Amino acid sequence: MSTHALTTKSAKRLAAVDRFLTFIRVFLVALIVVGLLAFIWQQVDADNPFARWRNPDARGLTGDQFKGLLISGLSQGSMYGLIALGYSMVYGVLGFINFAHGEVFMVGAMTGFIASEKFAANGMWEQNFILCLLLIVLLAVFFSTFTAVLMERIAYRPLRNSPRLIPLITSIGVSFFIQNFVLGLFGPASKSYPRLPEWLSKQRSILTFEIAGTRLLVLVVAAVSMAGLWYVVERTKTGKAMRAVAEDKEIASLMGIDVNRTIVTTFAVGGAMAGIGGILWGLMFRSVTHMTGFLPGVKAFTAAVVGGIGNLGGAMAGGISLGSAESIAPMVILEPLGVPGVSQLKDAVAFTVLVLVLLFKPSGLFGERLSAEDRA
Amino acid sequence: MSDATPTNGATPLLEFRQVNTHYGAVHILKDVDLAIYPGELVCLLGGNASGKSTTLKTLLGMVTPTSGEVVLDGEVVNDKPTSYRVVNGVTMVPENRRLFKRLTVKENLQLGAYLRNDRDGIAEDLERIYELFPRVKERLAQKSGTLSGGEQQMVAIGRALMSRPRVLLMDEPSMGLAPALVQQNFELIQQIHAEGMAIFMVEQNANMALSIADRGWVLQTGRVVLDDSAEKLLANPELRASYLGEG
Repeated sequence: MSTHALTTKSAKRLAAVDRFLTFIRVFLVALIVVGLLAFIWQQVDADNPFARWRNPDARGLTGDQFKGLLISGLSQGSMYGLIALGYSMVYGVLGFINFAHGEVFMVGAMTGFIASEKFAANGMWEQNFILCLLLIVLLAVFFSTFTAVLMERIAYRPLRNSPRLIPLITSIGVSFFIQNFVLGLFGPASKSYPRLPEWLSKQRSILTFEIAGTRLLVLVVAAVSMAGLWYVVERTKTGKAMRAVAEDKEIASLMGIDVNRTIVTTFAVGGAMAGIGGILWGLMFRSVTHMTGFLPGVKAFTAAVVGGIGNLGGAMAGGISLGSAESIAPMVILEPLGVPGVSQLKDAVAFTVLVLVLLFKPSGLFGERLSAEDRA
Repeated sequence: MSDATPTNGATPLLEFRQVNTHYGAVHILKDVDLAIYPGELVCLLGGNASGKSTTLKTLLGMVTPTSGEVVLDGEVVNDKPTSYRVVNGVTMVPENRRLFKRLTVKENLQLGAYLRNDRDGIAEDLERIYELFPRVKERLAQKSGTLSGGEQQMVAIGRALMSRPRVLLMDEPSMGLAPALVQQNFELIQQIHAEGMAIFMVEQNANMALSIADRGWVLQTGRVVLDDSAEKLLANPELRASYLGEG
């Protein structure tokens, strides 16, 4: 009898949770729809009552403004994508979230700063920028990869057979350790990258898009890196081994694949991507501290979940859509709704995207449904 | 070949000499002696928890014996990793096939040849497998998780053959297959065996397994209790009583 009472009680609570979730779903969708409609109205004719309903001062966006938002969203998002790949790959192979991956990215950005400052000091930065860029990318990739591989060896490998929560918590510890290590070495002051040469950073006009050279560089480098990664994972023997290990370690070793080495490779490749992301971040925002890895790391993790964790295409798509959403949505959805200070709401938008995706498609945009045994 | 004691001078491909294994404090295999000779089809029978899977894992080096020797081609390989044994001609078709479901059929087959570097040989073996399983050839670009049970079994066997084994271990090959496919599966095994491959099969379906095997062992709680030619085992009243559901 008591169990019966208990089940009805928990059933009631479940119904309440369901109603609450439905309410949030409807609320968020309504917010987006109304915001978009108001935006469209503003664009059509800023003087009608609906357009002025919440925000009487709004005038809508010009085409150029919109394109600007799109470009900045894409370039920001492609950096999230580069970092997200590392989260997703490690999750695919080991089944836990490596929260210290944001720090790997920060190490890349920091390495880039140290190297580029040296180059700037002896004038090489100005004279031969392309060579310097190549060198700092190589150095950043090297140190990021080194950090990622080292953390796997020291912190995660001994925990290989423990419950997945344990490496997850460890990764938070590793994250703090690296942050404070860098803080101890280089101090808390924000460090700025040297200015990019004028010929590179100047505004260009491509296909009617006004785009700053730096953003163009970011987009091109990110696209090339992602294509390279795709090639490695899908077309090479190493990539095949990585995917096999992600799916079934025992059978992978039966094929003769060295599982440990493949896991190290996975960390290394993820680290290299984060290193490239770190350089791009440094070139674009020109400022690095020991905390640089935190927010981009969390956002990239969000992107990986949005795209469907464990899925590399999903990580890239998740990063790009998250970046675009946080750049465009404040002006297109929130501004017409009369929300004050929309440009400060980037981060809130990013995490709302996460909530939305999880509400409607819990496995992420491109994720496969996890079977019960796969779930952590 | 189907002699009860095929020793007559030849060295066994794969051999257990007084092997004992433990999982923690639990004693699994107890003084097990086994020998698999080139080209023969042998089967290992036994109920649940009799140590059949442990035997396979020990042969492959996924479990290390606590005493005794695992011998491959006359060499003691106790502390050699799985990859060493795969290179030297031992491989397994695992229970429930365990294909890499998110990889394509072709990638699964290629992974079977992971440790090989002879491009031409690999291409040759791929062709051989397409010949053996024309249905597999039609599905090369498909994710292997989308195949039917029978097709997955073909890919699993193909994947194992891609390492050019000399002895093929099979863990419960008819497990999880539709009854109609079980017969077909055993015919397949016979066909591969007819090409000269040594096959070591662990199987619940004792009747079927013994009907195609040369020799068999029966394991009971980690000990070999019967070791005889397949015909004699099939005629053995004790075995019929305990494994073939008679008596």
